[in-house]
Amino acid sequence: MSTTGPPIRPTLGELYRGFLATGARGFGGTLPWARRMIVEERRWLTEREFIDLFSLCNFLPGPNVSSMSVIVGARFHGLPGSAAALGGLLTMPLATILTLAVLWQRFGQLPGVDAALRGVGAAAGGLVLAAGLRMAAALGRTPRVLVFLVAAFVAVAVMRWPLVPVLLGLAPLSVLAAWLDTLAAWRGRA
Amino acid sequence: MSPLVTIALRFGVLSLIAVGGVTSILPEVHRVTVSVHHWLTDAEFTQMFAIAQASPGPNMLIVALIGFHVAGLPGALVAAGAICLPSCTLAFMVERVWQRFRGTPLRRAVEAGMAPITIGLMIATGWLVAHGAPGAGWTAYAITGATTVLVLVTRVNPLWLFAAAGALGLLGLV
Repeated sequence: MSTTGPPIRPTLGELYRGFLATGARGFGGTLPWARRMIVEERRWLTEREFIDLFSLCNFLPGPNVSSMSVIVGARFHGLPGSAAALGGLLTMPLATILTLAVLWQRFGQLPGVDAALRGVGAAAGGLVLAAGLRMAAALGRTPRVLVFLVAAFVAVAVMRWPLVPVLLGLAPLSVLAAWLDTLAAWRGRA
Repeated sequence: MSPLVTIALRFGVLSLIAVGGVTSILPEVHRVTVSVHHWLTDAEFTQMFAIAQASPGPNMLIVALIGFHVAGLPGALVAAGAICLPSCTLAFMVERVWQRFRGTPLRRAVEAGMAPITIGLMIATGWLVAHGAPGAGWTAYAITGATTVLVLVTRVNPLWLFAAAGALGLLGLV
């Protein structure tokens, strides 16, 4: 991997504006737009650097794009960079959602709005289900994957157990199982 | 305890366990806000999810909507801050350490181990949202099912599906 810096080094203002544009465009999740902005349009990071960053943000808890903006900002300008990037990312969406919240509070009880949102809600549930199913298919249907996927689903959606104890119970077991899988694969290759 | 403090504490903890993003913790947000504190009804939760999904920006915005519903503008800002800042601080601190673990079996095991759980939680979110309209008839389930299938097998922009579903709702069919 080359040690040269990214092709273009943004200023604080550019960090803010770049993520402002990303936040304003992000229909259906902001991540694809972030990649386009960072790698293709503004060339702050190479594709390879972006993939590393992406896998880190997937691994870290919390909203992925926010973590990404914080890290990209920090890389170029430390803490002020993080603040500029995160602030840019959140400005437009927060303004939009608060406007919608006010409208909803005022008009949400109207029968038409209520009924339309019920329909959209049902579709939005389907969108999330589809994304989950597609990702599940990409994981591969090993017994290990199926057991932990179904266990997480049942614990939270059917039993309605609190998430913290569920994660404390499931995550170590699942990582251990994955670790044993990796070891077995290595031994098989050796 | 004031709702603002409750929001800050509850969502702050969730921020740090939101593996794979905010969608994973929505079942827990649902449990806390609907079942434990009764801040929202099932139907309101689904409506907020619909608004958040149909507007641009990161998925975390549903949390700001809920905060607004509970405690107005301060509630929205506290909720957004609580869901963002702990995990962002962690990201800020962890980045350099992380690069050292690239390609190690430990990192791969952690990633491979968390993936199925993340996806199980994501499907749980879709499930809970689809169940979120009590009194809604079979058409709501039909819309959820049709959206799932269409998104899986076509490349149609989901916003069109949202618009169609909203129109069906307006016609009184949901």
